[in-house]
Amino acid sequence: MRIMLIDDSKTMRNIQKSVLKQLGYTEIEEACDGQDALSKVGAFQPSLCLVDWNMPNMDGLTFVKQFRQQDKTTPLIMVTTEAEKSRVIEAIKAGVNNYVVKPFTPDVLSQRINETMAKCGTGG
Amino acid sequence: MDASYISPFISSIQNVFSTMLQLPVEIGEPALKQGREPSHDVSGIIGMSGDVVGSVVLSFTEEAAGSIVALFSGEQYATDSPDFADAVGELVNMVSGNAKAGFEGKNVSISCPSVVVGKGHQVARQTDIPCVVIPCNTDCGQVTIEVAIREAPAAAQAA
Repeated sequence: MRIMLIDDSKTMRNIQKSVLKQLGYTEIEEACDGQDALSKVGAFQPSLCLVDWNMPNMDGLTFVKQFRQQDKTTPLIMVTTEAEKSRVIEAIKAGVNNYVVKPFTPDVLSQRINETMAKCGTGG
Repeated sequence: MDASYISPFISSIQNVFSTMLQLPVEIGEPALKQGREPSHDVSGIIGMSGDVVGSVVLSFTEEAAGSIVALFSGEQYATDSPDFADAVGELVNMVSGNAKAGFEGKNVSISCPSVVVGKGHQVARQTDIPCVVIPCNTDCGQVTIEVAIREAPAAAQAA
């Protein structure tokens, strides 16, 4: 299972990485914005992406829209401070499969990852 | 400033610090910032745009910033390290993003954070927006939230 973490904050990527490692995921690629992620998805072929919303160069919503033009099925979870209902709806319309609002506990992130992988038929 | 813009920041810092750091926050009496007295030693700054405009500064004493960053990241960083600034930036991002969800019916965007480190630094703001300082005490030391925001003129006219 290959997981891509897309967040401009290295601290946040490290926090998410430690949750993923506890869940047994070790094949992890990191990207610091949407542009960086788009340049890496072809070679890495992620099974799941965790995407921040507010990032420099290319934000998470733009990444999701562009990624969905080439890949309709790989699960995407938005992990963001954007908590308004309108934002959640906007992200889901763009193609996000699940949504985690920062701040989050490790348990919440684990639960959303597990339920997303199960729903998308890629989880154990 | 509309008082309803202050309480979301109080709830937000308590939520962010308790969830990510397991650190309780005791809120002091909010007050208007007079003049351009310096903030604490380390400041994370976020701009707001859309229906509400202005800036939010999360400012820490150096001691508080060091301890809080260590709790958040699990690492001790020097204050001139990019990783230290990254952690401070992410904290102000979470506090501001979480607070703006409390501005009911407003469409607000936040900028990517900037971080300033240095004793006696000042953060220049739009002079026509009053700044409310919310003092916060934690077991790691003192933190303040400086909120200088107002409804955007266009949003006020449309309302």
